[in-house]
Amino acid sequence: MTAVTVAPNPVKLTRSDFKTEQEVRWCPGCGDYAILAQFQKLFPTLGLPREQFAVISGIGCSSRFPYYMNTYGFHTIHGRAPAVATGLKIMHPEMQVWVITGDGDGLSIGGNHLIHALRRNIDLKIVLFNNQIYGLTKGQYSPTSEFGKRTKSSPFGSVDTPFQPLSVALGAEGGFVARAADREQKHLGEVLDAAAHFKGAAFTEIYQNCPIFNDGAFAPLTEKGQKEANVIFVEHGKPLLFNGGTQGIIFEDFRPKIVNVEEVGIDKICVHREDGPLGYHLALARMHAPEFPTALGIIRRVERPSYDEMVNAQVQTEIEKKGRGDLHDLLNSGHMWTVGA
Amino acid sequence: MSTDTSSPLGDPGSNGRSVESLETVAIRFAGDSGDGMQLTGTQFTSTTAIVGNDLATLPDYPAEIRAPAGTLAGVSGFQVQFGSSDIYTPGDRPDVLVAMNPAALKANLKDLEPGAMIFVNSDAFDARSCEKVDLPPTVLGDGTLDAFRVFEVQFTTLTRGALEGSDLTTREKDRCKNFLALGLMYYCFSRPLEHTEKWLDQKFAKKPDMAEANKLVLRAGFNYGVTTEAFAVSYKVPPASIAPGVYRQVTGNTATAMGFVAAAQLAKSDLFLGSYPITPASDILHELSKYKRFGVRTFQAEDEIAAVASAIGAAFGGNIAITTTSGPGLALKGEAIGLAIMTELPLVIVDVQRGGPSTGLPTKTEQSDLLQAMYGRNGEAPMPVIAAATPADCFDMAIEAVRIATKYMTPVMLLTDGYIANGAEPWKVPDVASLPDLTVHFRTEVEGFQSYDRNPVTLARPWVRAGTPGLEHRIGGLEKADGSGTVSYDPDNHEHMNRIRAEKVARIAADIPDAEVIGDDHGDVLIVGWGGTYGALRAATALLRRKGHKVSFMHLRHINPMPGNVERMLKSFRTVIAAELNLGQLRHLLRERYLVDVKGLNKIQGQPFKISEIVKKIEAVLETPSQEAVL
Ligand SMILES: Cc1ncc(C[n+]2csc(CCOP(=O)(O)OP(=O)(O)O)c2C)c(N)n1
Ligand code: SF4
Ligand SMILES: [Mg+2]
Repeated sequence: MTAVTVAPNPVKLTRSDFKTEQEVRWCPGCGDYAILAQFQKLFPTLGLPREQFAVISGIGCSSRFPYYMNTYGFHTIHGRAPAVATGLKIMHPEMQVWVITGDGDGLSIGGNHLIHALRRNIDLKIVLFNNQIYGLTKGQYSPTSEFGKRTKSSPFGSVDTPFQPLSVALGAEGGFVARAADREQKHLGEVLDAAAHFKGAAFTEIYQNCPIFNDGAFAPLTEKGQKEANVIFVEHGKPLLFNGGTQGIIFEDFRPKIVNVEEVGIDKICVHREDGPLGYHLALARMHAPEFPTALGIIRRVERPSYDEMVNAQVQTEIEKKGRGDLHDLLNSGHMWTVGA
Repeated sequence: MSTDTSSPLGDPGSNGRSVESLETVAIRFAGDSGDGMQLTGTQFTSTTAIVGNDLATLPDYPAEIRAPAGTLAGVSGFQVQFGSSDIYTPGDRPDVLVAMNPAALKANLKDLEPGAMIFVNSDAFDARSCEKVDLPPTVLGDGTLDAFRVFEVQFTTLTRGALEGSDLTTREKDRCKNFLALGLMYYCFSRPLEHTEKWLDQKFAKKPDMAEANKLVLRAGFNYGVTTEAFAVSYKVPPASIAPGVYRQVTGNTATAMGFVAAAQLAKSDLFLGSYPITPASDILHELSKYKRFGVRTFQAEDEIAAVASAIGAAFGGNIAITTTSGPGLALKGEAIGLAIMTELPLVIVDVQRGGPSTGLPTKTEQSDLLQAMYGRNGEAPMPVIAAATPADCFDMAIEAVRIATKYMTPVMLLTDGYIANGAEPWKVPDVASLPDLTVHFRTEVEGFQSYDRNPVTLARPWVRAGTPGLEHRIGGLEKADGSGTVSYDPDNHEHMNRIRAEKVARIAADIPDAEVIGDDHGDVLIVGWGGTYGALRAATALLRRKGHKVSFMHLRHINPMPGNVERMLKSFRTVIAAELNLGQLRHLLRERYLVDVKGLNKIQGQPFKISEIVKKIEAVLETPSQEAVL
């Protein structure tokens, strides 16, 4: 029962091996299509046979995902996908288990399961499609919708303070915390690839456009002419540069600050470390356009033993130490006595 | 229990040292939560089992972990009934009360019949302690207890005396006084000390001085009985005629845990438990957490929803998956259980019932989750419901639950309750070879695979272990097309699937034994019971029949679907009475299903039935059959 990251005889699979017969039923222009495309591109490259993948989701537009991936799939109930996935992963540590969730599914009804999966560090690849709206139920504000948002259920503007998914993930002891956007396809593929190779709970937030109920929510981050100033792609060991390398981030009084590279010199620019202090990762994750460029990429990557690995190691150690349990011995234990014939 | 209404302990006036023989005795040990009463009771029980008596026990502990010392809320009790004939309950009313303080006396006095023996720790009856529980400080001498045979014993003084010269602190010495009480009871009921002495040596292997001290006090208690005039009479309870074999004590929760380990082995699969701690179910989680060597994985989840959901994930992986809880937790699991019904995955949910609604009476017993088990889900969501009758029966019912779940690809609800979960009885350890073969046949053949293809007899769909090459498929909570298993919104298919899900459960009726019947298959009154009231109802029925009444008892282990003989039985008696610890839930099911005017015998006090109250009520019904019997 050892975890397989790369199969000994890599199986030759292609994108079409991961497509299913089910007709894909998201609205035209939905960001979910782009994400699906990246998954179908990524999976054949991971060196695992198809049966070693499981894709498990909750409820929401995003959670239709498993029906479109030709792997083991489970479309569960609202918010509970991390819990279902946990049971499967504990019993099948050799499988690569993906959890697909939405901002409502993962942070509202399922918030509890999400944070506990992260703190336990169960080896799940959790991908949260954040469209800052309840799509499937037709457009109510979600726990990531901006304060004051007007929707069907908040006609006077919502008075809810939103969650920042990465803050939640970092606060919940997430070891792998990353952000990507549906429109940044190549980058999205790279982030998902890194998540796939991470041993432990990997949390990826994807900014996903819902053209029907929240169109353009991320336009400043994805439209040419705006995104250059509004997005910073972070990379381990590289300085925090954006806007074509002309601007960068430094930290002053523990706070991020935008500077012109020309003025301060490249050496002063903060160099990103995925294994840096949590406070730094939090500060980075919480920079948002338009005040700051929004960070895309792997914010934090620090491995520690995974829950499933440790649970199964305990089982192995017990068996090695005392031998496989014998039912007769179990029943005949404790305080026993014999009644004669 | 004594079948006679007078005390079984004979005439208090007998002179000279003699040994009298008794058929049954019920002893209740009561004291502060910190007095070690559960331990004392358990030791008395173990020794009693070894000398060959049949027995049943009932621990009764406070809901608060540490209620203030000396208060009624803090009284912890342990009752054991033992005898030379079959014992079905811990006894209605104790024949003997051991009271370590005024609170213990006060809390239990109302349960005693005149003539009962009371052993009090007279050292604890100072004015302040008596006042705390509203007893006059003179209670031991002022005639209040004249109806009883009171033995004032200075437990504390005698304990300290026995430990004179020991290096223990006074506090440590005082903590041994429960062994004084135990030693004295061993004397009074002619039990040997060896078993407890051996147990102390093991328990305190690393602290030999503690073992020694407790042994000294145990012997001092016994010797006090030997030398004290007051105990001129001692009693013996001859061994019961018990089927030969190897026995052990089990509580319902331990038996449940072992039953699932056994079932997984018999299924040649690994066991997964997802659970969230809750009284009185937590001990199943504790037990199973020990059995890593058996390949058991236990997952203490963040809540009951995650607990059941994780079990569903494990079932998808092809494992024997269970989740254990009590009423409030079951309420949280409803939606996920519906998912297991929809995805037709095998899963066992154990509900160790306790007093409800809401937090209710967490440490007390009740049978009020039956309708929740039957119906507590959205949509038409039928599932098999079974219930264990006694602590040892939990073992068999755990296996039965797994058998049904895996054979029919369905979640199964197993109901137990606080009374049998914590109660213990001797259990004849089964031979492993005699247990049923539950080997699961996972689908591995790729050719022609459809995820909702059905076995024509059981209507079960194929079970595929996630990870099996070539059988990748998707399941979920959306309605599926029968056969192919793809998402379907077709109206006819939806009706068809609802009917199939119902039919699948209904067909199990042909695959279960008849309900157990004590007595004739026709007569004046049929008592129908289910779950942990088995012992009391059976014993009451035996008593009524001995008095010549045409009363029979039918016990349901399978509640959904019901066994084949139920209808015939219900229709063969003048009066049918469903006796249960709720306001009439089985009664409701029987009336609805069979259109029989079933009456109710109901009690909802957090306490099990007393045999006497059942007998009284049934006798009243026999006199005026038209009356509603409601306790
Ligand atoms: C127990 C339960 N409550 C409510 C719903 C209704 N519901 C379905 S999806 C959803 C919100 C989905 O939002 P999100 O997770 O953001 O997914 P999206 O559709 O935006 O991808 C809600 C409230 C449900 N299916 N189950
Ligand atoms: S409602 Fe929005 S999120 Fe849902 S499928 Fe349509 S576009 Fe996508
Ligand atoms: Mg959403």
